[in-house]
Amino acid sequence: MIVRIGAGAGFQGDRIGPAVDLAERGALDYLVFECLGERTIALAQQARMADPTGGFDPMLERRMRAVLRACVRNGTRIVTNMGAANPEAAAARTRAVARELGLAGLKVAAVTGDDVLGRIGGYVLDETGAPAGDLGERLVSANAYTGISGVVAALDAGADVVICGRASDPTLFLAPLVHEFGWARDDWTRLGRGTLVGHLLECAAQVTGGYFADPGVKDVPYLAGIGYPLAEVSEDGNAVITKLPGTGGQVTRATCIEQLLYEIHDPARYLQPDVVADFSGVEFREIGPDRVAVSGASGAPSTGMLKVSVGYRDGWIGEGQISYAGANCVARGRLAVELVRARLEPRASAMDETRGELVGVNSVWSGGAGGPQTAEVRMRFAARCRDLDTARLIGEEVEGLYLTGPAGGGGVTKQVREVLAIASTLVPATEVTTRVHMEEVRVEVA
Amino acid sequence: MRLHDIAHARTGDKGDTSNISLIAYDPADWPALRDRITPQRVAAHFGTFPAEAMTRYELPQLQALNFVIRGALAGGVTRSLALDAHGKCLASVLLEMELPAED
Repeated sequence: MIVRIGAGAGFQGDRIGPAVDLAERGALDYLVFECLGERTIALAQQARMADPTGGFDPMLERRMRAVLRACVRNGTRIVTNMGAANPEAAAARTRAVARELGLAGLKVAAVTGDDVLGRIGGYVLDETGAPAGDLGERLVSANAYTGISGVVAALDAGADVVICGRASDPTLFLAPLVHEFGWARDDWTRLGRGTLVGHLLECAAQVTGGYFADPGVKDVPYLAGIGYPLAEVSEDGNAVITKLPGTGGQVTRATCIEQLLYEIHDPARYLQPDVVADFSGVEFREIGPDRVAVSGASGAPSTGMLKVSVGYRDGWIGEGQISYAGANCVARGRLAVELVRARLEPRASAMDETRGELVGVNSVWSGGAGGPQTAEVRMRFAARCRDLDTARLIGEEVEGLYLTGPAGGGGVTKQVREVLAIASTLVPATEVTTRVHMEEVRVEVA
Repeated sequence: MRLHDIAHARTGDKGDTSNISLIAYDPADWPALRDRITPQRVAAHFGTFPAEAMTRYELPQLQALNFVIRGALAGGVTRSLALDAHGKCLASVLLEMELPAED
C-alpha cells in the first residue's frame, strides 16, 4: 500500500493555484495546508480578541472554496493548521462553504487544546529569562506545538477535513501516515521517517524548485508554473518525493538536500512532539524525472516536553526610506543617515534600538565592504520604540529630508507597526490535552 | 574560486537562530568544504558574529555542511529592525566567500 500525500500550502500567503491542481489531478489520499509561522498565531489571537468568531487563517475560505469539491470527488482528505487561534470557528466556516457547494455529509473536525495561555504564567521564557506572567497585559498568546494524537483521533473518527491550530508542522503529515499505516506510537524509526516526509513537504514549493533558482547556475524549468510536491509513502515510512506531470519546477537530489536542512539545527536530533527524528543518515536517490527516493531517517523517543510559542507586545517599530541616485549617491545616503540620527537624538531614551543603512550597500550584509559607488541607494532608518508617537517620528524625520537633507532625495516611504514578539518555553506534554469536535455538513432541501 | 562555483546553500530561521546549509555539487569538492570551511573562517567572512556562536554539523553522504548561528538575526524575525529579518539572504552571502587555499 502507498499513501499519496500532497502539500497545498507552505505558508499563510502561499499561492492557491498549484493546490487546486493537486486536488484535481493528484489522486491524493491527503492534501495538507501548512499555514502557520512563528508569529502568525499571535496575530490570529489578537484578531480573535477583536472578534470572537475570527482568529483563523484569512485565506481559509478561499482555499476551501477552491479545493473542497475536487477533494470530495477524488476521496482526498484535508489536514490543515489554518484554524490558527480559533479552529472551531474555522471548522464552522468550512462547513458553511461546504453547504454552499452542496457537499452534504462532509465531516469537518476541529482539533483544539494547543492554547495554553491560561496556564503559562509560571513558565520561564528562554529569551527573557523571566516567567511569562511577568509580561502582564503585554502577554497575547501561548500555544503549544502539539503532536499527532488529536489529528489521528479525528481521522480515526472519519473526518474528511481536520482543522487544528498550533500543531507542529511535520505532524500534519505524520498524523495521516500513522492513521493509515497504524504505526505504533513507539515505532521511533517509522515516526522519524514520517516526520522526514512532513519536513520535506511542509514548505510546499521549497522542495520542487522554489527558493532555489540561481540563473546560470541553478536554473529551474518553468518556474512561473511551479507545481507543489507530493510524496508516495510506503508502509516502512520511506517515500518518493515528486510533483505532477506538466507542472513547472523540479524535484532533484539538490532541491531535496536544501529542504532537508532548512530550519534544522542538529540533523541527528530534530525535536518533535512525538519523536526525536534523526536525519543524519538520510539519502536521496534520483529514480526518474522529478522523482527522488528518500530513505535513511530514523528516530528516538520524544523528550516528553512540548515547545510553546509565547506572543507578547513589545513596543513599536517606526521606519522611513528615501532614495538617492547618480553621482556621489552613497555619500549623500550616509549623510542622510547621520542627519536623521542627530535629529532623533532628543528622543533617544524612548528608543531601544536604531538602525540606519543603505539598501544596496550594507542593509543585508553589514560586514561586507560595500562598493564606493553604485547607480542608486535607498537610505533606510528604523527604530524600535517604547511608544507609538516616537515610532511615528522616525518616518517623519526621514520625510523631513526632502527639504532639509542632502541634495536629490526622493521617493520617501514610512511605516509604523506594533511589535508582536515571540518567545519560547517548554511545558510537559502531560499538561496539554487535545480535543476533537466533529460535525457533519447538513444541506437543507426545500 | 568562490564557494558559489562549487556549492549551493539555503538559509532557514528559528527565533534568533539562523542555519545555513552548504552543499557541494560535485562529491569531489566535499573534502575541500569539510576541511577548509571552518566556523572561524565563516565568522570572519560575515564579520557580524563570533565563531563561538556557531555550531557546524557534517552530513558526508550528502556532501553537506550545516552551520547553526545563534543570535544571528538581530532578535529574530518578530523583533528585528533588519530589512531581511529572516536572514533569507545569508546563504548567498556565504557563497560569496573565497575558497581558502589548502591548509
